Amino acid sequence: MRTLLLAVRNLLRNRRRSLMTLLAMMIGLVAVLLFGGYIRDINYALQSDYVRLSGHLQLQRQGYFRYGSGNPAAYGIRDYEQVLARLRADPVLEPMLAVATPTLQFGGIAGNFAAGVSRTIYASGAIVEDQNRMHRWNDYGLTMLSQQRTLAGSPPDSAVIGTGVARVLQLCAELAVPDCESVKSAAAPDGAALPDDIAALASGQGPAPAKTAGGAARIEILATNAHGAPNVAAVNVVRAEFQGIKELDDVSVALHLSQAQKLIFGAERPQVTAIALQLRHTAQMPAARERIAALLAAAPAADPLEIVDYETLNPYYGQTMAMFAAMFGFISVLIGGIVLFTVGNTMSMAVIERTVEIGTLRAIGLRRGGIRALFVTEGLLLGLLGAVLGIGVAIALAGLITALGLTWLPPGRVEPVALAVRVASEHRMMLVGAIGLVVVAGLSAILPAARAARMNIVDALRHV
Amino acid sequence: MHPVVLSGVERTYRLDSVDVPALVAIDLVILPDRFTVISGPSGSGKTTLLNLIGCIDRPDRGTIMVGGHQVQSLSDDALSDFRGRRLGFVFQNFNLLPVLTAYENVEYPMLLGQVSKRRRQSRVQKLLVAVGLEAFGHHRPGQLSGGQRQRVAIARALARKPELVLADEPTANLDSKTGAEIIELMRRLQRRYHISFVFSSHDPKVLEAADDAIHIRDGRIVSIERRDGQPVAPA
Repeated sequence: MRTLLLAVRNLLRNRRRSLMTLLAMMIGLVAVLLFGGYIRDINYALQSDYVRLSGHLQLQRQGYFRYGSGNPAAYGIRDYEQVLARLRADPVLEPMLAVATPTLQFGGIAGNFAAGVSRTIYASGAIVEDQNRMHRWNDYGLTMLSQQRTLAGSPPDSAVIGTGVARVLQLCAELAVPDCESVKSAAAPDGAALPDDIAALASGQGPAPAKTAGGAARIEILATNAHGAPNVAAVNVVRAEFQGIKELDDVSVALHLSQAQKLIFGAERPQVTAIALQLRHTAQMPAARERIAALLAAAPAADPLEIVDYETLNPYYGQTMAMFAAMFGFISVLIGGIVLFTVGNTMSMAVIERTVEIGTLRAIGLRRGGIRALFVTEGLLLGLLGAVLGIGVAIALAGLITALGLTWLPPGRVEPVALAVRVASEHRMMLVGAIGLVVVAGLSAILPAARAARMNIVDALRHV
Repeated sequence: MHPVVLSGVERTYRLDSVDVPALVAIDLVILPDRFTVISGPSGSGKTTLLNLIGCIDRPDRGTIMVGGHQVQSLSDDALSDFRGRRLGFVFQNFNLLPVLTAYENVEYPMLLGQVSKRRRQSRVQKLLVAVGLEAFGHHRPGQLSGGQRQRVAIARALARKPELVLADEPTANLDSKTGAEIIELMRRLQRRYHISFVFSSHDPKVLEAADDAIHIRDGRIVSIERRDGQPVAPA
């Protein structure tokens, strides 16, 4: 009590210096919290992106993630419908599940034979309605700028391709691809007919293929079927969408699941390469994972399955967050250092100015420990006050920045995202920041406090 | 009540590379419940002697008995506690804590001694009345005159009912009238509370008021006067 009283009064005694020290600490904490809040929002946005795209968890055939990518025949899940039904019906899992949907991914070649061009692609077949539901997942209350997926409501033989694919296939005009000029290929004459053998293959899969004409973009997709033989499907491209990353944009083709299954499995029993499970909350992942593992152990599927989470599926997420964490750590240490020296300097000046007082306090019976406690308490109080002010200002600034409604296009994203800084909802970050500041302020007072406590009483009383 | 006994006390300061003896072979008994003045010219060793008796400095040689304890062998914390419990200090520059009010300055030593709030309040009120500052309890030192500050310092020195109060030139920064009033006040309080007061001073008014006068020069005791005729006790 006596120490606290003296510490508070001493801080108020030199208001300007205390205010400047507080200001330095407050600015430091505000910078850390704003940057932390920005990173937190990026984290949620990235996580939401991946969770919307591929779910929190995926059930895949054992080894598919490491060895089977693009090989659905060898790594397909045969009884996926039964597995899905069991997962959806499970009373423990059901409340956690937002969406459970199958997907089929495979590699192939897309061709615009009318233009005489083709390229390798990576195709993904999905149930569009489920994908749209997954796309609406917004557990973190992010500002949603995009609408539903383009394939929604389209006929089964429709496809969405990356703008890179559209460029190579010379579908710029038909799909209104920006920054794209049609380049005539020497490989085949303009308007060449689809080869008879390929046309025959394609006609077995659906309506007869048509040449690219009259604004309708139609391409043929060649893939290896379940028996290793080539198969072709002709699809109508409803839109070309930039996929965010050029490498992905140059190969991406999205199809309806039924179309993709027909192409790979023909008339045979259709399979999928993954069952995507989107949970209501990311925090439910461990519990859901454990439950799924228990369900699979109790009644194994026809094919051995493994559970893969979104972080494993998307290593870019972990790498990005690790990079931001390193930057955040670096900035925090830098600001911590500045606070350390600022408070240390303030305390050192206070010790010099109050030398006679220190001698007096020691003479009238205050122990060395009492002197140490007094100066450390002053440092801690400065830290506490700086933390409270810093949090208040950071919350206000974060709210202001978010309310401005700015957007930006982060690397690897297709759509612009709202520029938001999350501080008020991040209680743990605020608490850690505040405790960090108080601790640093307390630590920075230790050395001056020790110097004050070591003073010779007679010398201190003589100090002028 | 115990006398203060110094036996063979020596204290030397080192200034740069030169040893300066401040006190040489001091043997002295300061009787309890008396008004004792240590006088001598500047640099004679008055303050050093007072610091040693006040346990804020340690002798290079010799022993010092204060309140029945050999204080030179006590640890730093034990000495702090001892000073707080048994000794009171009045400084030339008053040395009040500027951030505390007069009331709080007087109360502070009792806070260190963990005296109950009720007893603290009662004691502070009594002391402020005793020094004539009952109306100034809420004033900060900066709002008080020199004489008032020294009165607060005297009240603070008496807060924990010490056996011995040490005052280093308490009137040096006061005008002669105020100085005389302060001496008179201390004399009155010494008699009322039966405390030993030891001063360092070369103020003739202080010397006049003393029961005992110890004259010191070049770090040695030149003479000891017992004004009431008591014999000079051997150390």
